[in-house]
Amino acid sequence: MRYLPLTGADRTAMLAAIGAPSVDDLFRDVPVSARLPGPVDLPAHLGEWEVEKAIAAMAARNRHSGDLASFLGAGAYRHHVPAAVDHLIQRSEFLTSYTPYQPEIAQGTLQYLFEFQTQVGMLTGMEVANASMYDGSTACAEAVEMARRITGRKRVVLSGNLHPHYAEVIRTLGALHETDIVQDAPRPAGGEALVPALDKATACVVVQYPDVFGNIRDLSALAAAAQANGALLVVAVTEVVSLGALVPPGAMGADIVVGEGQGLGGGLGFGGPYLGLFATRAKYVRQMPGRLCGETVDAEGRRGFVLTLSTREQHIRREKATSNICTNSGLCSLAFTIHLSLLGEAGFTKLAALNHARAVQAAQALAAVPGVSVLNPAFFNEFTLKLSREAAGVVEALVAKGILAGVPGARLWPGQADLANILLVAVTETNTTAEIEAFAAALAEVLA
Amino acid sequence: MMNRQGRPTAPGEGAAGRIETVLGHRGLDHEEALIFEIGQGGRSGVDLPDVPAVESRLGGLARNDTIGLPGLSEPQVVRHYVRLSRRNYAIDMGLYPLGSCTMKHNPRLNEKLARLPGLADLHPLAPLSTVSGAIELMGTLAHWLKVLTGMPAVALSPKAGAHGELCGMMAIRAAHVAKGEGALRTRVLVPESAHGTNPATAAYCGFKVDPVPATEDGRVDLAALKAKLGPDVAAIMLTNPNTCGLFERDILEIAEAVHGVGGYFYCDGANFNAIVGRVRPGDLGVDAMHINLHKTFSTPHGGGGPGSGPVVLSDALAPFAPLPWVVETDGGYTLVEAEAGESFGRMAAFHGQMGMFVRALAYMMSHGADGLAQAASDAVLAANYIQAKLSDVMTAAFEGPCMHEALFDDRFLKDTGVTTLDFAKAMIDEGYHPMTMYFPLVVHGAMLIEPTESESRESLDAFIAVMRALATAAKAGEVERFTGAPHYAPRRRLDETAAARKPVLRWTPAVPVQAAE
Repeated sequence: MRYLPLTGADRTAMLAAIGAPSVDDLFRDVPVSARLPGPVDLPAHLGEWEVEKAIAAMAARNRHSGDLASFLGAGAYRHHVPAAVDHLIQRSEFLTSYTPYQPEIAQGTLQYLFEFQTQVGMLTGMEVANASMYDGSTACAEAVEMARRITGRKRVVLSGNLHPHYAEVIRTLGALHETDIVQDAPRPAGGEALVPALDKATACVVVQYPDVFGNIRDLSALAAAAQANGALLVVAVTEVVSLGALVPPGAMGADIVVGEGQGLGGGLGFGGPYLGLFATRAKYVRQMPGRLCGETVDAEGRRGFVLTLSTREQHIRREKATSNICTNSGLCSLAFTIHLSLLGEAGFTKLAALNHARAVQAAQALAAVPGVSVLNPAFFNEFTLKLSREAAGVVEALVAKGILAGVPGARLWPGQADLANILLVAVTETNTTAEIEAFAAALAEVLA
Repeated sequence: MMNRQGRPTAPGEGAAGRIETVLGHRGLDHEEALIFEIGQGGRSGVDLPDVPAVESRLGGLARNDTIGLPGLSEPQVVRHYVRLSRRNYAIDMGLYPLGSCTMKHNPRLNEKLARLPGLADLHPLAPLSTVSGAIELMGTLAHWLKVLTGMPAVALSPKAGAHGELCGMMAIRAAHVAKGEGALRTRVLVPESAHGTNPATAAYCGFKVDPVPATEDGRVDLAALKAKLGPDVAAIMLTNPNTCGLFERDILEIAEAVHGVGGYFYCDGANFNAIVGRVRPGDLGVDAMHINLHKTFSTPHGGGGPGSGPVVLSDALAPFAPLPWVVETDGGYTLVEAEAGESFGRMAAFHGQMGMFVRALAYMMSHGADGLAQAASDAVLAANYIQAKLSDVMTAAFEGPCMHEALFDDRFLKDTGVTTLDFAKAMIDEGYHPMTMYFPLVVHGAMLIEPTESESRESLDAFIAVMRALATAAKAGEVERFTGAPHYAPRRRLDETAAARKPVLRWTPAVPVQAAE
């Protein structure tokens, strides 16, 4: 009971001060039939060592990415996070503080959120960004809802090359509002024609950049077509490091840019917690979901920061709020902003260039393997292979050789036979040249 | 033009008697510029290998603008964030009595375990054959949550409490649709004292929100509730213990009445920490309840997230749970990602807040069945102790014992010229984070105090002494102590109206001053 400071004597004295005969008496409003007579059927308390042993045993039953050569991406990317990031986010004052509702004693959180919003605006090429959302997929679904609110329209066009989990989240929420969702089949080699799908009833078109197969394309024409139809262009970026190498969506005319920020500061973490990025044009700020931090002054005229425009939010607007969202991903946004501050302009662009170069090397090495073709004309750090046999089996065979080869099509598009031979491969700065060569050699053996 | 260094703009504007320092620092309280104002181009705090020379395959889309990021070395970055951190209050620094937020101790063992490479360095789409231990951990957490709540199923993927509410309400909606009553069930009953997320969630799901009034003693008005029931009611969303810190005595009757008209009972589990190990929501007729792992099970609040909001479901709602889910197999667990069945869909990419699952499970195992019940008991005891010790100088909103939080109103400040907000700001000067203020809305000038089980009696007594002294000072007419507060924080009161009127939401480089012609 190392976390409970009250002693038996304390409890007795406190009950006396209250004038209650027992703690049970304080629970007197609970219906008798619902009071448990004793402890539930779960183990009793354990010391730190015993808990550590039990959970470490579960951890030991996994083969983690550091033990293997990992080429997994598809929405989650393995980047090296500097030691300073994890140290700083564990400062008690960051880790164990609440939402900054009392700004006079939360300037630490508020200032980094302001810096974070600025950084997200810079990376995406957008005017304003919020203080983060749960993750990229939920941010993307919120963007669709926001486009619906702004345009008053219900038709939504999704790129067939949008991450299928993102599309599923949009469909799930869209079902609440009779959203008419249009989506074409996936095209691993790119070249999807979205402009003809737009019309005057369309609220928004959602594209991923780079797309789920790794393709990159200029979105300017799509932005222009969306604008001509009065629709919004929503761009989803699942690999935030790509923005160090690629023309930002804002420069191509995006109206809302959402992203998964896990690639900076966050580890893989088996899928969460992650970091939703959300940026848009200044004119839409009052339609935006999520928390916003703004600059102001205190009673002595000194610069300070506060949560602002909260009249959009649930705790003020209740059923009229723009979203039911209450939390952001505070600590993940802190990790992101520290990592990006450490990298700086020079480091971030170099990191992106390094990712691209290693991916190009890997694509060349893998394309030389008999039975393998690289489908993408252009890509950043992720590309798609078409194999001569089903990718899922190849992936399992390569695990035995110490390689996490990629995400097979069957994992993301189960039951879609035409994508069964597809393998999504991501390459980051954590993949060495030796790993890439070993991957190509092992793949050749398995496919032989 | 505002002074960017944070110093008063003119002599004499500082607090009386204060010496103006050269850089605006006040001893250990350092002013800190924005990172964009201290970094210069060229530097980096990260060393990376040389980039191999390859032919670009970016398809003509190489970024050619300057992003605008500053350049800093590692020591500069570390100092920046350490200085910022020191401008925050934290549970590790002192009692943090935010009612309904549950600021309890965050054990460091949990942080250590969440960082084990075998859990932290796993890709969510890694072959399932390589992550059996992670699935086992999710399955074990699910087992604990089901036993503690007395519910048969749990959806782990919701990413926060409000996300969990959405999940539960979507399951309810799906269940009505499956019975062919989707178009009929349009109304959701929400007590006036509810968290803002409840009506926001119900409205987001397309339901009409129908408020239920409270009785004089801070509970749902059962008669008014029954009068509102009908065949169009989809659900009630009820927090129990409620946001006044009170257990809903009529809970079984409420559940029965709602079920009687074919509606479901959604319980907001924000206050589950008050009853965990002592009362099971499944025994109260609950159909769906989210559990804030960051409240009841101690995962850190992190300055506003990340949260984690698994949702326990009754047999009636379990078939509609979102993907993915963990199922028990012979001697283990497996993850189901694709077999849709009647599932209403997917809440988010991947499987949920794994890092929070690890922390919550470590907390549960540390406490055990006995310790969790003791934690709930201590939390309730501490709140009642505060209520008992303050009720003669402050005004308790309701009679009788409270659960894990003590609610006061502002009657004791009547005619003092001091508001609840002023009172809260004066607590800052005394070294405390204020309690939750102006919530719940059903109580005038509400002050909701939740000490949690993490406080020693000495700590509670010190807090009580401060609150008594402040209440006495307010009644004695020491108005400036309150209306001018905080005096001793890194910032005085901030102008929130100005922030909202002309929002400045990001830093922009200063326009260079033009030289005189």
